[in-house]
This record gives sequence, C-alpha cells and structure tokens, in this order.
Amino acid sequence: MSKILVIAEHLDGKLNPATARAVSAAVAVKPDTIDVLVLSAEVDAIAADAAKIEGVSRVLTVTRAENAHPLAAVLAPQIAKVAAGYSHVFAPSTTFGKDVAPRVAALLGVAQVSDIMSIDGSHTFKRPIYAGNAIVTVQADPAHAVVATIRTASWAAAANGANNAPIEPLSLDIAVPTHTRFVELKQGKSDRPDLQSANKVVSGGRGVGSKENFEVIYRFADKIGAAVGASRAAVDAGYVPNELQVGQTGKIIAPELYIAIGISGAIQHLTGIKDAGTIVAINKDGEAPIFEVADIGLVGDLFKLIPELEQAIG
Amino acid sequence: MKILVGYKRVVDYNVRIQVKPDGTGVVTDGVKLSANPFDDIALEEALRLREKGVAEEVVAVGIGPADLTAHLRNGLAMGANRAIHVVTPDTLQPLTAARVFLRLVEKEQPGLVILGKQAIDDDANQTGQMLAALWDRPQATFASKLEIANGKATVTREVDAGLEVIEAELPAVITTDLRLNEPRFIKLPDIMKAKSKPIDTIEFASLGVDAHDQLKTMNYTAPAKRSKGVMVKDAAELVAVLKQKGLL
Ligand SMILES: Cc1cc2nc3c(=O)[nH]c(=O)nc-3n(C[C@H](O)[C@H](O)[C@H](O)COP(=O)(O)OP(=O)(O)OC[C@H]3O[C@@H](n4cnc5c(N)ncnc54)[C@H](O)[C@@H]3O)c2cc1C
Ligand SMILES: Nc1ncnc2c1ncn2[C@@H]1O[C@H](COP(=O)(O)O)[C@@H](O)[C@H]1O
Repeated sequence: MSKILVIAEHLDGKLNPATARAVSAAVAVKPDTIDVLVLSAEVDAIAADAAKIEGVSRVLTVTRAENAHPLAAVLAPQIAKVAAGYSHVFAPSTTFGKDVAPRVAALLGVAQVSDIMSIDGSHTFKRPIYAGNAIVTVQADPAHAVVATIRTASWAAAANGANNAPIEPLSLDIAVPTHTRFVELKQGKSDRPDLQSANKVVSGGRGVGSKENFEVIYRFADKIGAAVGASRAAVDAGYVPNELQVGQTGKIIAPELYIAIGISGAIQHLTGIKDAGTIVAINKDGEAPIFEVADIGLVGDLFKLIPELEQAIG
Repeated sequence: MKILVGYKRVVDYNVRIQVKPDGTGVVTDGVKLSANPFDDIALEEALRLREKGVAEEVVAVGIGPADLTAHLRNGLAMGANRAIHVVTPDTLQPLTAARVFLRLVEKEQPGLVILGKQAIDDDANQTGQMLAALWDRPQATFASKLEIANGKATVTREVDAGLEVIEAELPAVITTDLRLNEPRFIKLPDIMKAKSKPIDTIEFASLGVDAHDQLKTMNYTAPAKRSKGVMVKDAAELVAVLKQKGLL
C-alpha cells in the first residue's frame, strides 16, 4: 500500500520536465496513488501542467507569497507537513531536489536515498556512488516514509497529455522561517534547447581554448539543433557559464546523441553522460580516455574538423 | 566568530574504484585516501574568513576511525586552529553525521558551519541540509561565492538555471561548490607547526546520537560498462554514420 508524494519543480510559472521523470520512478513503485505537490506564489499554470502527467492521481497546491522562490528552509516544513500519510516522498535529483529533500528528510527524522536509478522493490533501490563507479543497493526501513531524490537521467519522462488529474488546494496552517531570503537569479537567457532535456548535446572542453573560440561550438550546435554543454575545465576557464557543466558536479544528462569536442574524458565528466544513447568524441589526442567510452571517435583538430562536419551535413 | 568545518577523509578522486568481487564494498586497502575535495574548499573558505578578520577560530571536524588523526593533522597544517575527532569504526550515513554535527554545534556555538556539498565516496549530498534542518537554521548549498557582513551571509549558489543569490542570517550552514575557491597547498613548516595544535577526541558513543535508522546496504556492483566503439577516418564518414543511425 504505497502512496507517493512527488514534489514539483518549476521556474517562471512553468513545470520543469524533471518532475515527470520523478513521476516515472514513482510509477515503478506500483503505488496506489501518486500525488504531485506544487508550492508556489502562483500555482495555476504549474498545477495544470502537472495534472496532465500520466500516472498522477491528484495535484495538491499550496499558494503562498513566501513560495515565490524555491528556498529550502521555507518549503521543507510545508512538504514535511503534507508528507504525513505518504509512504514515499520523491523529488528530482536536480539542484532544487538536492537542496530541499534532505531538509524534508531530517524534519521527518528519516534517512534519505539520493539519486535513485532503479527500483527493486517498494523499499529497495539502486543508486550510484563514487561518481558512478559503483552501484549500491540499499533498503529503507518500511516503518517510516522514504524520502528520495530521483536520478533524472535514469528515467524517461512520464507521458504528458492524456491525464486530467484533479487539482486540490491545501491550506497549511504553519509558520515558515524568515531567516533566509531570495535576492536574485542570474540566468543565461538562451533560445537553444535545454541541456537537461535535449535529444542532442554538443559539449566543448578546455581544448576549445577560449570564450571566443566557443562560438564554433555554439554554431555547430545550432546547425544540428543541439543544446550546448561543457566540461568543468571549460567553465572554470570562463569560456561558458556554470549552468552548462556536465558531470559529477554538473548536470547528469541522457541525450540520444552526445558530441564531446576537445574533452579528455575524466571520470567526473563521464559520470554525467553514461546514459547517453550515442557518444561521439572529437579530440586531437588519439590516446584521450574519452575514446574508451565513445561509440564513434574521430581524431583531429576541432578547428579543422567542425567546418568539415558542417559542410558534410550540408 | 567561530567556524566549524566538515573535513571528511575519502578515497582520492584520482583512484580508479574497484568493486570487490563478492559485492561487499569497494576496494579500499592500499588505496590513496585524501580530504574530500569539497571539504578542502570548505576549510580554505573558513581560513580566508579568518584572515579577513570575520572569524577568529576555525575548527576542523572529522568523524571516523582511530587512524583519522593523520588526516586531521593535514587540516591543521592547512591552517585550522584545532580539530575535533569523533571516533567511530562505523561508516555513518548523512542523517547520523548531521546529528553528530548538531551535538558539536550545541557545544561549540559556531556562527557558521561550512561543509562540502557532497562527499565523493557516498555522493549523498545531504549532511549540510540535514544539519540545517535539525538546527532550525538557514542553509545555503552549492556556494560559489560567500560574503559575510552585518550578521548575515550573502551566498551565490550554483543552481541548474544559473546563479542564485540568497541571504541567510547567521548562524547558518553553507555547503561548498568547486568554484568557491582554490585551496592552498600545505607547506612543510606548517606540518611541523600542526604537530602542536590540539585535536579533541570524542567517542561517538558518548554523544548519545541515534544511529539505528540508517539505510541497509545490501550489495555493491560494478556499473554496466560502455563498450569501446569504432573510429572513423574523417568528418564525412562521421556524418554518414550519424545519418545512417538517424541521429542527424
Ligand atoms: C570532485 C571533482 C568533481 C569534478 N566534477 C566535474 C564535472 O562535473 N564535470 C567535468 O567535466 N569535470 C569535473 N571535474 C574535473 C575533471 O576531473 C577534469 O579536470 C575535467 O573534466 C577536464 O576537462 P577537459 O576535458 O575539458 O580538459 P582537459 O582534461 O584539459 O582536456 C582537454 C582535451 O582537449 C583536447 N584538445 C586540445 N586542443 C584540441 C584541438 N584543437 N582539437 C581537438 N582536441 C583538442 C586535448 O587533447 C584534451 O584531451 C571534477 C573534478 C573533481 C576533483
Ligand atoms: N564522516 C564525516 N566527517 C567529516 N565531515 C563529514 C562526514 N560526513 C559528512 N561530512 C560533511 O558533510 C558533507 C556532505 O557529505 P554527504 O552528505 O555524505 O555527501 C561532507 O563534504 C563533509 O563536509
């Protein structure tokens, strides 16, 4: 008898697709109900999106001015209150979920399972450790609620559109802390596909050499309709902003096509692309470790090869 | 102000992890151990705050087996004023570690606790958030910039959408991201000096911390390996292969 609460992630009034991936993991538990919880200052558009996700039983909403921005200290006590009566609380393993879920778990006094990649039973899960170099199977105590984050790259998004789950507003009679305040969010505005959900991703590394040179990567990505990613070295060197980082400490992604250009293939980077469909590596060093995992490798200078690729694509 | 810093010892990030054939864990015998990279960054940030005059004392905390002393000496050589060693032969999961930190917080009354955003062995990414919840104080996770003034921390956080800035009243828990700073190297004379710095040892059992509710670890397996693919000779061939697979 499982009842699962999935915490919705959203930004600018739009539901983040990571939520539907967490719903997929919830479906795999074969529960009786899956409710999605939307906490926001304006819930309507987000809740309407969530209600369409297949498998969702109800969408619960909490509308409060304090919920305008995702501050873990403010959201966690509300989530912990709603969690009463649920056997599982799932959040996507994004920076949002990673921030808030452990705070909920501690308020409930339960251990958390991070980054669930597969579900072996209602309380038995597989998760990666050591940057994905080992997989551990863990069992949570069925006497308590399971609080978990869902490794989004392991789960396809639950289908969207056929469902019309009821939306029920909740009023939670609890005070939230005022000791933490949102100041601003600096987002790189981009018309390119979103790195976390794109089918194709082109990533550049230190080999690209400069911020100016990175234009070559952007242009190529635009030509094939891909999102742009980067290695940590490229971000550290200031070629691109931090939100483009792929890897253990960046984004974990699973596009159908991943093209790594001027990236050596450090373990911490490879962690982020293990679930990609096809990995292509372009590197001038034929010994680069990236070729150990690439499905297709091409050795050569990226500044010569990219124009040739663009020409061959036509 | 006093700053408590988490200083966990983990398998060095350069080590190629091997799962034991019987699935009971990963091979750690004879493997290089180092400070968790995020904890070196946490300690560096605390030292910089002390150098700026924002903090007076930096205390490095390690929870682990008896032989953790040498590791804590490294933290002292890097510049911590003193260290606290909570001694336990067992691996503590984040909720238990957070409860231990809460006990130390009650005793030490720090203005700031800086932990790593994640330990690169369990990759849990939980302890800081859990401590903040148990302590009922603000949390600012994944920090890439930290400023302290007028009793509050202004923290830039690396989030999926970009960079988020939040304000947190002190005391608070901060967890570090990689771009917060570059940790200093330990110099030989500092290693000598560290020998005379104090390490308080506290038996885990004496803290009265509940540890019965950890997750049960069933077994360890190696991840599915991607097989080595093919090499193509030029751009035209690459495009042809990708088109054939329907990817372009
Ligand atoms: C705790 C921790 C977490 C980390 N997390 C991440 C993470 O999330 N993501 C991540 O990416 N890294 C991460 N790292 C860093 C990682 O270890 C590597 O340092 C990093 O991935 C290297 O980036 P790179 O491949 O771009 O650079 P390099 O290793 O310097 O490789 C550059 C490559 O470019 C090639 N090249 C150079 N010029 C050209 C040219 N003209 N044409 C073609 N090829 C060329 C070179 O042959 C080389 O292979 C982490 C490290 C630590 C310690
Ligand atoms: N055994 C420990 N000793 C010292 N610090 C720890 C320990 N466990 C967790 N921490 C701190 O908590 C952070 C996050 O760990 P985790 O939640 O396990 O990913 C680490 O970077 C440390 O700062």
